[in-house]
Amino acid sequence: MSKKLGLLGTSAIATAMRQINPDVVAAYPITPQTAIVEEFSQYVFDGDVDTEFLTVESEHSAMSACIGAAAAGARVMTATSSAGLALMWEMLGIASGLRLPVVMTNVNRALSGPINIHCDHSDSMGARDTGWIQIFSENAQEGYDNLIQAVRISEHEDVRLPVMIMIDGFITSHNIEVVEVLDDSDVKDFVKTNKAPFSLLDVKNPITFGPIQLFDFYFETKKQQSDAMRGSLRIIREVSREYEKLSGRKQPIVDMFMMDDAEIAIMVLSSTAGTTRSVVRELRKDGIKAGLIKPRIFRPFPVEDIVKSVKGLKALAVMDRSDSFNGFGGPLFTEVRSSLYESSNKPLIMNYIFGLGGRDVTVENIKEVFDTLQEVARTGKVENLINYLGVRE
Amino acid sequence: MKIEAKEKPKVKEKPGYKSIPIGGVIPKAGSSREYKTGDWRVRYPVIDKEKCINCLFCYIYCPEKCVVVKDGKVERVDLDYCKGCGICATECPKDAIEMKLE
Ligand code: SF4
Ligand code: SF4
Repeated sequence: MSKKLGLLGTSAIATAMRQINPDVVAAYPITPQTAIVEEFSQYVFDGDVDTEFLTVESEHSAMSACIGAAAAGARVMTATSSAGLALMWEMLGIASGLRLPVVMTNVNRALSGPINIHCDHSDSMGARDTGWIQIFSENAQEGYDNLIQAVRISEHEDVRLPVMIMIDGFITSHNIEVVEVLDDSDVKDFVKTNKAPFSLLDVKNPITFGPIQLFDFYFETKKQQSDAMRGSLRIIREVSREYEKLSGRKQPIVDMFMMDDAEIAIMVLSSTAGTTRSVVRELRKDGIKAGLIKPRIFRPFPVEDIVKSVKGLKALAVMDRSDSFNGFGGPLFTEVRSSLYESSNKPLIMNYIFGLGGRDVTVENIKEVFDTLQEVARTGKVENLINYLGVRE
Repeated sequence: MKIEAKEKPKVKEKPGYKSIPIGGVIPKAGSSREYKTGDWRVRYPVIDKEKCINCLFCYIYCPEKCVVVKDGKVERVDLDYCKGCGICATECPKDAIEMKLE
């Protein structure tokens, strides 16, 4: 029997980690780390898990240790945030390039400078092309659910890619929410065991991980990796369906709210979807046909689901909690807009960059976006393609 | 008499992304022997036996240990692995080694 508990976002994650009972967790325990690994280390100390817990000297080393352990065939997890993820960057590409199933929670926080560790998505968006599967969570429940599924996705024989799941810094990580926690034994059955195709510890069959590959093989290895990423969406769907049955909670690739007859909509990741949901409910009371689209999966980019989700819309605002500094728009926006290029049925589109460095996103802010969308839908004209929501002039 | 390899190493068709192990893993030990570094080469060494005094400097300096010695004499160069660096030719005190274009 599952039970409902009041949990901090970080506790929901640590609880999932306890239930998953990984072989190895390597983590750097100082800021910008969150309480996830602190709480997990308590489980290790109390003997609630069988995990080998390694405290290392940096996030770069944390990911390196995870890579070594995964190459040995272990089930490996870690957690990080903000500058910690940035310091891991070199090793992120090695984990994915060597096709090692590391599962990591990243608590979304800003990158310095100026110094700031409040919520935004600059950290994980900065890592969007490192070959990791990326799953965004609206709240603590989704963080818990996504983490358990991540293990199965990552270790699947057709995937063998690292997965990072995201929860919003502070908004989700440091707030208490009601979280429905599955039975320990149900989680254990669901995550199964890791069947690594190769192991460094298999002394009877000595192998090499991470050799040099020059112009004659590197390209083939990268093409395999690319195919695995594209193909992983099918596995994500399978695992999601199985988890839906276990938990009774829907696990869509792209979550849609009030979209059946919507004319205007906001597309946004993570906790801001919660705020948007409540605004949509209010607008609906006034007969305004507003809706919400919340992609749960960002890597691989679910092109077909995205294209389908906007069908019938007159105007769409894509909201990014990070800037690409590309002189054009945020990362979600540019990829959504690109996905729609061939579509004959595409809405007018605009981008809102918002909430950088933890800037609060209020109900009024979201209403303002919907007001503009109504205007765009009415006039058929987008005044400003790229907008900065709630910034002072 | 000039010592040249009888046959240039054949460049084997390399396997594609559909068949190689994932993540660049080498799934068995001792396989570097199969990796013929000879195809990196642009020039190959040709030893002039007339000039050679069998000092074996080339044998000692070759970073790939490609100079094959038999009974204290230079016999041939193993072109399967010779990468054409030309160190042997530079070190030869008798200028007995010429680096020829492939
Ligand atoms: S060219 Fe370089 S690799 Fe080839 S035999 Fe001479 S020293 Fe050795
Ligand atoms: S270095 Fe020159 S002289 Fe000495 S053994 Fe080699 S080819 Fe002969």
